[in-house]
Amino acid sequence: MESELHEEAPRAEYLLHLYITGATPNSTRAVRNLKDICEQYLKGRYELLIVDIYQQPEKAKEERIIAAPTLVKKRPGLTRWLVGDLSDRRRVLTLLGISPEPTDM
Amino acid sequence: MSIHLSSSASHFPTLPKAPTGINGLDEITEGGLPKGRPTLLCGSAGCGKTLMAVEFLVRGILDYDEPGVLMAFEETAVELADNVQSLGFDLRQLQADKKLRLDHVHVDRSEIEETGEYDLEGLFIRLGYAIDTIGAKRVVLDTIESLFSGFTNQAVLRSEIRRLFRWLKDKGVTTIITAERGEGSLTRQGLEEYVSDCVILLDNRVINQITTRRLRIVKYRGSTHGTNEYPYLITEDGISVLPVTSLRLAHDVSNDIISTGVPGLDEMFTRKGLYRGSSILITGTAGTAKTTLSAAFALEACRRGERCLFFAFEESPQQLIRNMRAVGMDLEPFLAQGLLHIEASRPTLNGLEQHLVTIHKLLTEFKPQNVIIDPISNLVSVGSISEVRGMLTRLIDLLKVQGISALFTALVSGRNANQEMTEEGVSSLVDTWIHVRDLEGIGERNRGVSILKARGMAHSNQVREFLVTDHGVQLLDVIVGPAGIITGASRLTQQLQEQSQLLASQQEAERRDRELERKRRVLEATIANLRTEFESVEEELRQVNHEEEQRQQALATNRQQLAKGYSNRQPASPSPNQ
Repeated sequence: MESELHEEAPRAEYLLHLYITGATPNSTRAVRNLKDICEQYLKGRYELLIVDIYQQPEKAKEERIIAAPTLVKKRPGLTRWLVGDLSDRRRVLTLLGISPEPTDM
Repeated sequence: MSIHLSSSASHFPTLPKAPTGINGLDEITEGGLPKGRPTLLCGSAGCGKTLMAVEFLVRGILDYDEPGVLMAFEETAVELADNVQSLGFDLRQLQADKKLRLDHVHVDRSEIEETGEYDLEGLFIRLGYAIDTIGAKRVVLDTIESLFSGFTNQAVLRSEIRRLFRWLKDKGVTTIITAERGEGSLTRQGLEEYVSDCVILLDNRVINQITTRRLRIVKYRGSTHGTNEYPYLITEDGISVLPVTSLRLAHDVSNDIISTGVPGLDEMFTRKGLYRGSSILITGTAGTAKTTLSAAFALEACRRGERCLFFAFEESPQQLIRNMRAVGMDLEPFLAQGLLHIEASRPTLNGLEQHLVTIHKLLTEFKPQNVIIDPISNLVSVGSISEVRGMLTRLIDLLKVQGISALFTALVSGRNANQEMTEEGVSSLVDTWIHVRDLEGIGERNRGVSILKARGMAHSNQVREFLVTDHGVQLLDVIVGPAGIITGASRLTQQLQEQSQLLASQQEAERRDRELERKRRVLEATIANLRTEFESVEEELRQVNHEEEQRQQALATNRQQLAKGYSNRQPASPSPNQ
């Protein structure tokens, strides 16, 4: 158990990839919303990668991106594609498996 | 000014088109799909939408050097490559050659969650990236409607799809968008609203347990196009659309005459045969030697050194060869030489259109100058009469355009009061119509052949009896008896009668000759008698005259002596001068 924990230590609990399309309003909002959530709930527990698919279009195919912006939750649990600017905060939290604080109600 | 000139020369600039390379589709669309614009291809399940779209891409790459992108929403790249491999499309090789890009867009409702506002920019980027990396000119979006199953925000989807089509148009790629047929509308999601340039509808119908696939161009903005429903097939070489009804009866004609293979039959036409490239129909009831006549035609064609394609819908090639050998026609050498090709199959093997495609394919491969279909009437078993007629029209046109002489046989029902009407109504389509029939007399049947029509030449109006002999078909001379044309046993009887009449008249003549001779002899004898009689009378008369003369002389002498006196009395003797 301990060794396992120890091994997993360098890996963050949450692995999140956010695919955006430059500085479009939806993308900007998504980045801001995601950062807010991470700061509030996942401080020190997440690893976030923001990819601009305008810059790396080949990533779009690899990561099966259709809509933009899309947050791909790789860990924990099954991979999920969270489509949209993440402004539905409650829903995002539920999907990430985080219980929202009463202030987020 | 220049505009006016160009328009008066009737050379309007036509819409640029991207040839699909799909057999027949380019004819219907008069050149292909609108170049640089989206085309909607809709149809129900199992119509071959994906296949047609993939063929559009593959042909584009292979024939027109236009790289293509296939964005598949339903099948993965591996599945697609496997599915079309049987048609000889090697997608993997094309991908390796950087001519094709496959992008499988995986849409799974259970994996996608909507958390706010979004657009489909990801799709645009993927597509744009794929297009740009290989310089694609053609794009296929195979069932973009799958997006509707993954995303719930219809308004966003619709506006994004509209934007996508606009974007594709701006990129100048020729696009095919496939869509599932919807209830009461062309597509389930009403995509036809967004694609206004060209809409093609595929349809899959099962009638009498036989499936026929049909294609129709619903609209084609800025271009004329065939408006009919055209049957199409998925063959082992891809899609084949049959647009033959679009032909305009403008084919070249030949003045050459070819033989029917039966010398006597040729004689019945004023030009001693048939026009090359014409279509000939032989109708007849069962067992009237229709196949034999067609084999004679085939044999003659091969003897001329021409290739002949024989479709046998009733007999196997071996059976046909054996049967024809029995009547003195050996087809085998020509089969071995490759001049003759016998394609035997049951009509029920395929639907009508499949038959047409088989014929079409063999025509392309074998390039025959002569085609025989024996019999066309069997095709009725796989389609309705109007369908058969449609198919035959296309077939006849197809053959005519290529200048191929065609011979069809058709079985007509003996019970049918109007025996000379073929059910398929093909008779109006063919140029020459030969009818063979049973001439049923007292206790026997004989075969008679007559020409019902021959476009472009006069022909005999006689019904000629013919025999199928060891040396092929032979027409017999016409014998007209007291009650019309005489055939069979009556013909023999008539011949016997004529022979005995001839004999009798010969004997009569001989008898008359003898009589004359006898009369001559009798007369001659009489003449001889008379002459003898005359001679004897003449002799007698002469004698009488002589005696009279002598008497007169004696008298004269006596008188003289008397005059000289009695002194010089001497016995009376002739005295020459006194």
